[in-house]
Amino acid sequence: MPLNPSFTGRSYPPTEPYEVGREKIREFADAIGAGHPAYRDQSAARASGHPDIVAPPTFPIVLSMRANRLVLDDPELGIDEGRVVHGEQKFRYFRPVYAGDTLVCRAGIEELTARGGHEFLLIRTDVATTQDEPVVTVWSRLVVRGEK
Amino acid sequence: MDKDTELPERSFRITRADLVRYAGASGDFNPIHWHDRTAAENDLPGVIAHGMFTMALAAQALVDWTGDPAGLVEYEVRFSKPVAVPDDEIGAEVVVSGVIQSPTAEGRTRIEISATCAGQRVLGRGSGAVTRNG
Repeated sequence: MPLNPSFTGRSYPPTEPYEVGREKIREFADAIGAGHPAYRDQSAARASGHPDIVAPPTFPIVLSMRANRLVLDDPELGIDEGRVVHGEQKFRYFRPVYAGDTLVCRAGIEELTARGGHEFLLIRTDVATTQDEPVVTVWSRLVVRGEK
Repeated sequence: MDKDTELPERSFRITRADLVRYAGASGDFNPIHWHDRTAAENDLPGVIAHGMFTMALAAQALVDWTGDPAGLVEYEVRFSKPVAVPDDEIGAEVVVSGVIQSPTAEGRTRIEISATCAGQRVLGRGSGAVTRNG
């Protein structure tokens, strides 16, 4: 079923605050083989001027994916998740994510287009602290593949 | 860093075990990244790596090139082909390369990146990053 273009601009409620833990960052860094000491060692991170352990660049996807779940599960949108593949991904950083941050995500549909039998859904997620300090903006373009 | 400088290639090996570990760490448990039958049912060339795993590996190359673990201002990729990860000990090899572009208006450095797997481009044209340091 084609996605309704009138859903462009639709926004979703903010997610529950996410507390970024040191061990979560270390676990993520291990999983991607990121060996830089700033991702694991508090004193190394502080020596480079950071307040705490730094999260690797793609770590915000852990949070934005939770917010994007609201879009994927939106019954009015009716996305068949088996047909979804990741087309493009972008991060714009105001600052790195640090251990100890408490972050809230606000997701919305920025663009909805169709081409060549496929549909393209651009979800923008604004990640900010609970004090409304912007941290990173995340864009995920999902491709809903047409039935063969 | 000078314009048009080609950065040293970085190569990463991805096995099924890496995908399971990434699934756990990231919270992305989509079965197309670990379950052959689901991958086949969705017309995929077998179990494929999370696009975000490939993006994370390319970010490691950026960190190695710039020496800064937290120096990215912007980072974007286009997933042009999936990375199929066979069920063996060898897995798949992703090779990441980068070229330094003209400095941006703010005096930052843009690095264009490309990644291939088995000779096919998996991160396509338009993939790259803007870094704080030069």
